[in-house]
Amino acid sequence: MARMKFLCDSERCIECNACVTACKNEHEIPWGINRRRVVTLNDGAKGERSISMACMHCEDAPCMAVCPVDCFYRTDDGVVLHSKDLCIGCGYCFYACPFGAPQYPQVGNFGSRGKMDKCTFCSGGPEDDNSKAEYEKYGANRLAEGKLPLCAEMCSTRALLAGDGEVIAQIYKDRVERRGYGSGAWGWSTAYKTGSSA
Amino acid sequence: MLQTVKRIGGALLLGALLAVANLPPAQAQAQSQAQQSANDAALMEQLKGKLTGRVSIPDEKSATLVQPQGREWREVLEGPVKSAGGWLLVAVIVVLAAFFAWRGRVRVEGGFSGRTVERFNALDRFTHWLTAVSFVILGLSGLNMTFGRRLILPLIGPESFHSLTTIGKWSHDYVSFAFVFGVFLMAVLWIRHNFFRAFDVEWLREGGGLLKKGVHPPAGKFNAGQKIIFWLVILGALVQAVSGYMLMFPFYVADMAGMQLSLLVHAVAGLLFVALILAHIYIGTLGMEGAFDAMGTGQVDVNWAKEHHSLWAPEAPGARATGDDD
Repeated sequence: MARMKFLCDSERCIECNACVTACKNEHEIPWGINRRRVVTLNDGAKGERSISMACMHCEDAPCMAVCPVDCFYRTDDGVVLHSKDLCIGCGYCFYACPFGAPQYPQVGNFGSRGKMDKCTFCSGGPEDDNSKAEYEKYGANRLAEGKLPLCAEMCSTRALLAGDGEVIAQIYKDRVERRGYGSGAWGWSTAYKTGSSA
Repeated sequence: MLQTVKRIGGALLLGALLAVANLPPAQAQAQSQAQQSANDAALMEQLKGKLTGRVSIPDEKSATLVQPQGREWREVLEGPVKSAGGWLLVAVIVVLAAFFAWRGRVRVEGGFSGRTVERFNALDRFTHWLTAVSFVILGLSGLNMTFGRRLILPLIGPESFHSLTTIGKWSHDYVSFAFVFGVFLMAVLWIRHNFFRAFDVEWLREGGGLLKKGVHPPAGKFNAGQKIIFWLVILGALVQAVSGYMLMFPFYVADMAGMQLSLLVHAVAGLLFVALILAHIYIGTLGMEGAFDAMGTGQVDVNWAKEHHSLWAPEAPGARATGDDD
């Protein structure tokens, strides 16, 4: 069974934000919610680099550990998903997440948060695959259709890789070997205990 | 013809320029790339914990690429806070039960006289019960957020637990205002009785007379133990209000580290608060005969007042009218 992961090759990312746009469009994400974002470090200075970041679908996911209502679950592909029917919008997962993945729509007064929304690795939620209910709550379920996440599919420089962890790690390793340099797989050492050597 | 020559010449010149320019920069590039890689390692090392850059989204928080301290926060909350806090509450209940088994109920030694004096008026009691009822709601909903997943969820299932916790969360948010108001009233109404006096030392040295029958150290309207509770409630409410409203208004004033700290402080102080109030509830109900009347009807028996609040009893409202000298 594949173990799905994202890998962003920061030597290739050109900060075009196509991944962000593709994600928003594919899942019809509302304003104010960003399942994926591109962060530019050292902007305008030496060593500038951009990294596309979303939920990393951690091995020992902190969101899952701190959730007071236990609304998270892991699919057979290693994707971390959650149930919006169970989420109470408390915000604990956002404090625990190393990658700032959980997002909350603003509902009602003050800081009251709606149900959490995050990257699903284009694989929906607990509802039936590609059902209307699933689409409305979690967006498209591309994995069920045999497709990979759209953000990575859209990436013009192939900076963002999505797929089986071992496969994308090998692609990255080959690139690093060919180029002779690479700054590592961003976030992997935080997200995964095993196989983070890439 | 001339144009063709010019064009060829131009192309040749360009090619030559490129050839000249090409060689050394390639080396330089490789060098700078090696340097850059080294810099990345240095950058990661230097920025350890927080990697913040620039984003095109109008959300400052999303500019943080990775915050590994989220993992540490989770470990502290799920580890020491929940285990120590949980065992503290169990320990408090066990100690209170053991104390009850050993000491039994603290009786009114002179027996009930049948005559009463007013200990708390309607406003005092309203203040107490406003605070008490809201505290119980806050405490139970808070404990549910902390331990419900482990204790209640397996019993009632995820859907019911979701409903319960949603109600708890909304109650926790809204009832907090009643609680803060209650504690504020309490502070205004009772602060003048709660400054420590010389005779409080004796009360504390005697353990409040709780340990032995027939021992009744001096106490004013509030004994030294109650004064301690009073100040701890004020302090606890202050800590809970500040940390709680930070959580209710996420990222209004605090950054990520501030939010994480607020939740840890709120959880730890909340657990200590519940432990303290468990002891308070015990002594005000089961632990001492006649004590509940003070907040129940507001009228306490004269003998109870003499035994437990010796310095206050003679000046209690209605003390003279009921023939205190007899």
